[in-house]
This record gives sequence, structure tokens and C-alpha cells, in this order.
Amino acid sequence: MIPVNTAVLMAMAQILVLVAALAAVHVPLGAYLARTYSSPNHLRVERLWYRAVRVDPDAEQRWTTYLMSLLGFSLVSVLFLYGLERLQGYLPWNLGFTGFDPAGAWNSAVSFTTNTNWQWYSGEAAAGHLLQMAGFAVQNFVSASVGMAVAIALVRGFARSGTDARIGNFWSDLTRGVVRVLLPLSVVAAIVLMAAGAIQNLDPHTAISTVEGATQHVLGGPIASQEAIKDLGTNGGGFFNANSSHPFENPTPFTNIVEIFLLLVIPFTLPRAFGILVGDKRQGWAILGVMAGLWAASLALTTWAELAGPGAAPQAAGAAMEGKESRFGLAASALFAVSTTATSTGSVNSMHDSFTAPGGGMLLFNILLGEVAPGGVGAGLYGMLMLAVVAVFVAGLMVGRTPEYLGKKIGRPEMTIVALYVLTVPALVLVGTAVAVVVEPGLSGIQDPGPHGLSEVLYAFASAANNNGSAFAGLATGTPFYEVAQGLAMLAGRFVPIALVLALAGRLASQTTVPATSGTLPTHRPLFAGLLAAVTIVVVGLTFIPILSLGPVVESLS
Amino acid sequence: MARTTVASDLATLTRHSMAGLRMLLAFTLVTGLAYPLAMTAVGQVAFPWQANGSLVQSDGAHTTSRSDAVGSALIAQGFTGEEYFHPRPSAAGDGYDTLASGGSNLGPLNPDLVASIEERKAAVAEENGVAPADVPADAVTASSSGLDPHISPAYAAIQVTRVAQARGLSDADVERLVAEHTAGRDLGVLGEPRVNVLELNLALDVAD
Repeated sequence: MIPVNTAVLMAMAQILVLVAALAAVHVPLGAYLARTYSSPNHLRVERLWYRAVRVDPDAEQRWTTYLMSLLGFSLVSVLFLYGLERLQGYLPWNLGFTGFDPAGAWNSAVSFTTNTNWQWYSGEAAAGHLLQMAGFAVQNFVSASVGMAVAIALVRGFARSGTDARIGNFWSDLTRGVVRVLLPLSVVAAIVLMAAGAIQNLDPHTAISTVEGATQHVLGGPIASQEAIKDLGTNGGGFFNANSSHPFENPTPFTNIVEIFLLLVIPFTLPRAFGILVGDKRQGWAILGVMAGLWAASLALTTWAELAGPGAAPQAAGAAMEGKESRFGLAASALFAVSTTATSTGSVNSMHDSFTAPGGGMLLFNILLGEVAPGGVGAGLYGMLMLAVVAVFVAGLMVGRTPEYLGKKIGRPEMTIVALYVLTVPALVLVGTAVAVVVEPGLSGIQDPGPHGLSEVLYAFASAANNNGSAFAGLATGTPFYEVAQGLAMLAGRFVPIALVLALAGRLASQTTVPATSGTLPTHRPLFAGLLAAVTIVVVGLTFIPILSLGPVVESLS
Repeated sequence: MARTTVASDLATLTRHSMAGLRMLLAFTLVTGLAYPLAMTAVGQVAFPWQANGSLVQSDGAHTTSRSDAVGSALIAQGFTGEEYFHPRPSAAGDGYDTLASGGSNLGPLNPDLVASIEERKAAVAEENGVAPADVPADAVTASSSGLDPHISPAYAAIQVTRVAQARGLSDADVERLVAEHTAGRDLGVLGEPRVNVLELNLALDVAD
């Protein structure tokens, strides 16, 4: 047995390597992101692109038009992906797999379009190479770019003054996110992953004879290219069922840290771009501080829980290694798990269902927080900014002043929008879970007895409505009930909040900026960051403590 | 009046959807075909062994040909012979099935999981002639992928004597091969030390 001291020291050293890498790129990449979304100039390739698809990238859109473009694009994305899935049997490179059934195709089409990447199917047993590349991977790029576009639109709302609710051009934001950010970074990441052992070919799955004469299939597929954008875009949909614990997707501890870096890098860097775009970098530091603080706290608790290994099964085995890979061990599994649930990624390098009760409970809590620490690509920043509005409102109530954030008055219409935003996803999670545990098709999917069964269902709806996509995978969700219900939760959990964010962005962009006075609450100081962190936790806490008590809390106490 | 608004909203959405469709088709060509195919070309030229699945032949040599391969250095095989090192338990299909990767997903308090851990511990202890308390955790728990190609150095250590006796080798010879196929933490701090089971077993076959 490794002494606990070594395990703890190694866990901390591993985290330091990751943090150092994230810190090294923070300033340059933040500046690059800000320039990407504020430069008036198009690249030559972009001009050709806009001409080919016949859109005007320079037309400033009102928030309603921006939303229409976004919804129109997402609508055709769902339909196109649904069609690819249904027709898979007739397409090339299908590896002999047939089309998805209607409920399953609906679920997956919504899942990938909403950046959720919930998967009821096993990639190696259901999806051919063309569907993976031209269907799922394309949505991995564009759904991430949509998330960034919405975040940037909200930032423009704060940064602009007295426009008639114009917040940018969706087509330009969507294109630049892919062309200037996601695609170049994915190329670099894919090459690194390949060099370290991730596979990249177009071969089918063929049987070979093993050393002892058994039959085993060697799998093929364009994995490295998909793995890169799966993590960079906080998507999470694995090529194979085992996701990033599959040795072909994540072959070494080195690729593991690369993948964790990829899924954190844009969410942790966007606050820098935000600071630059609103003309006060300190505002970005405050947001980053809250995100990093919550992430670090969650990481410390989860790592402690997994290293300590409470619970009957880990105690019997000697360590919580059920559902974990030996090349990663406890610490690297906890680090990945916290990072994937604190962003909206949902890829896994270990099976969350088998985590210790406090560790698994913490992962669930990360998702319930609304994935704002640091959250999904774009979605994390806009989620945290919405909570920042709640925080200034709370502070305003305390001192009896009209609250302001970044020079914009937060009045009744603005607060109404934010309140609806804060309520939408919890309502979907709680109603979805409540329905599932009273109807037969919901109950029949549960694998584990007792409170862990409730945790499985709660995790499933939290994951869907928050567009995470990871699972307590003991729950059998490949049934029409879960496929349809989760599809609805994913769809509403993505587009209702986006519509509200854009509505707020439009209102803010049409306001004139009020100058700060001595009575204005400074929102770049530690006091405000602390308030924002508290608001984030209290909002979630008040909403979810009753059901968490019946699930992970009871389990931790037993 | 209301009907006109709905109709005009729908007309607007349709117009935006058509632009969205053209955009989506262009993205499909670039990110869904050009990008993965270009990466495949790079992989096949620059990293052919890795890109084709880190395949190995029966003499342990690397290969890119599936017909020459006995397995992948990255994928566990369900070794059962006493002359071989054994991998971790697998929940992938009926065990080590690459078409059904995954873990057991059993919760930490699940009585079935506790029972199978106790069973595995007794079996591993008896097979290797050690006390149950000396059986490490990775020997009695199913991995996440069900295809974990590695075991911990501790699990390798308790198998050395059994393998050496079955092959008529000395413990020291087998320990030397184990050490050769043990990797430390990446960059000194990442992940855990580990032993590659397939590569070790092939090296044992070559040594015989």
C-alpha cells in the first residue's frame, strides 16, 4: 500500500501541473478570445465562407433577431442529426449498424445539439464512423461555438451603451468561434493525443485471436480528432461507451491531464476576455476567482473522499478502485470527475456511479450548481454573470439602492428575466425526477437499491437539464420514457436560459451606462467575489437540499 | 392580429433556418469531413503504430497489421493460465469485450458489489498463495473501461511466484521482467505506477 502522504502529495503535484498550464495560457488566450469577438475584420477564408453560405456577417442584430438565427440554426441541427441517425443503415461507413429508433434518435439529436452529449447508446455497438464524424463531431464544434456566442452577446450587452438592443451578429460569432478558436486548437490537441497513443483511422472493428486463443475485436475509428473537440468544447460524448476511460480515447496519465486541460481551458479563460471587453480586467479576475475557488473546494472534497474510500465496497476492497483505471488511480480520476461536472462536459475517465457516497454527491452538487465553476464553454460565463446580477441585487436590497452592475441599472424587468433564468433549470430537474420516481417506466430503470437509486435518477435529470451528459450509469436510460423525458429536459434546459440571457443582453445594450459613484458597489473586490460565491451556493442549496438529503446525504450517513 | 404575428414569426424562423442549413452543411464539410480525414492522414503518416491501435505480435514486436497482431498494448485480455499474469476483473460484456466497454456502475454500498469483492479476494489469495489481506484493491475491483491494460505493481508482485513456478523460472527472473514492463508516473507526478499485462506476458513467452 502507498502511504497516504505520498498519495496526497502526488495528487497535489498533479493539480499543480494542471493549474500551471492553465495559468500559462490565461492572459494570451484571453486576449485572443477578446480580439476574436471584437475585431471588425474578417479573415479571407471567412469572407469566402460568408459568401458561400450567403449571410451578411456585418449586420448588427437586435437580440430577437440574434435569437431567431440561433434557434433556426439549432432547429436544422436537430433535424439534420435526427435524419443522419435514422438513415444510418443506408449511409457509407456505417460499420453495418442500422438506424436509431425514433425515441433514441430524438434523444441523441437533442443531446448533441444542446452541448449535453448524454448517450443512451454505446458508440462501439451503435454508431458508425460517418455518424460520429459528420453528425456528432460537427455538433461538438458548433454547439460549443453557440455557447460562446451567447456569452459574448451578454458581455456586449454590458459593454455597449444606448444601442437599440443590438448585440452582434450570430453568424459571425458562430463562424469565428469555430474557425479562429475551436478548430485550430483541436488540430493541435488531436496531434498531441495521437502521438501519445489515441487511435485515428477509418478501419472497421475486426476480430483477432488473442494470446490464449480467445476472440477479441480490434476497434477502429477517428478517435483523436473527436476526442480533442469533445473535451475542448465541453461536450463529453465518447466515441466508445467507456468514454475517456477507454484506453483508445485516453491512453496515458499524460493524455489524461491534456484532456482535463482541454475541458477547462476555454471556460477558465473567458472571464479574461470578459474583463477586456467591458474595459476593466479586474471584473474578469473577480469572476475567475469565484469560479476557481468553487472548483478548488469541490476538488479538495472529492479527492479527499476518494482517497479515504468510505463505504462498504471500498472498505472491502481496500480502496475505491471500482470503476477506476489503474493508470489514473484515485487522484487523477477525482480530478477529471470534478472538472467534467464543474464544466458542462460530462465525459468520464471513471464511473461516477461507483464513486464513494460523498465523492459522488459532490459531483452531483457540481452539476446542480448550474455548472458555473467554471462551467461549459460560454455557458459557464453567462451563467456566472446571471448570478452576479442576483448578487448585486441582493447587495442592493441590503443598502436600499437600485442595484447596478458594470454601469447598468438592474431594475424590475432585468430582475424578472434573471429570476426566470435561475428557476428554469431547477424546475426541470426536480419535476423530471419527481415524475420518474412515481411512474413505472421511470422506476424500472433504477439499478441500485435504497438512496443510491434516487441519486441515480436525480443525477440523470440534473445532467440532462444542465446539459452535462455524464451519468450515474447504473440507471438504464435506453428506454422510450427516459429518452423522451430527458430529451425534453435537455432542450428546455438549453434554449430557455439562452433566450433569457439574450433578452437581458438586449435590454442592457439599450441602456445608457451610468457612471460609478461613491455609493456604487465595487464588483471587482474580494467582498463581492465572496458574496457571489455565497449566492451561487445558497441559491442551489435552498433549491436542492431536500432531495439531496434523501439521496447522497442519507447514503453518506449509512 | 395575433395570427399575423405568429405567421410572420414562423416566416422569420424559416428564413433564419434556411441560412442555418447552409451554414450547417458548410460546417459538416469542414469539421465533419475535412478535419477528421486530415487528422487521419497525419496520424497514419506520423504515428502509424499509435493511430492503428498500438498492436503487438506474439513476439512482442509492434505491428500495424491486424492479421499479424495478437492484441493491443492498450487493451486488456482475459488471461487465465497460471503461467500468465492476470489482469483486473472486467465488467465489459462477459469480460474484456471491446464491443461492450464499461464498468459495473455498482454503487459504493451495493451488497452485490461487496459480495463479489469478497469472492474475488478469496480467489486471488488462494490462487497466488497469499493472505487475503495482501490482495491489493485493483485485483478485486472492475475497472472503468473493462479493458484496463494495466495492474498495480502490488498486484503484479503477488503473482510473481505462481508464474515463476508454472514456467520453471526463478522469482528473480520474473521480477526482472516485471520491472522492465513497469511504468512510473508520467512526468513523475501524473497518474499511478503500473504494469502492462499483455506486454509482460509476451515477454515471458519470449524468455521461455
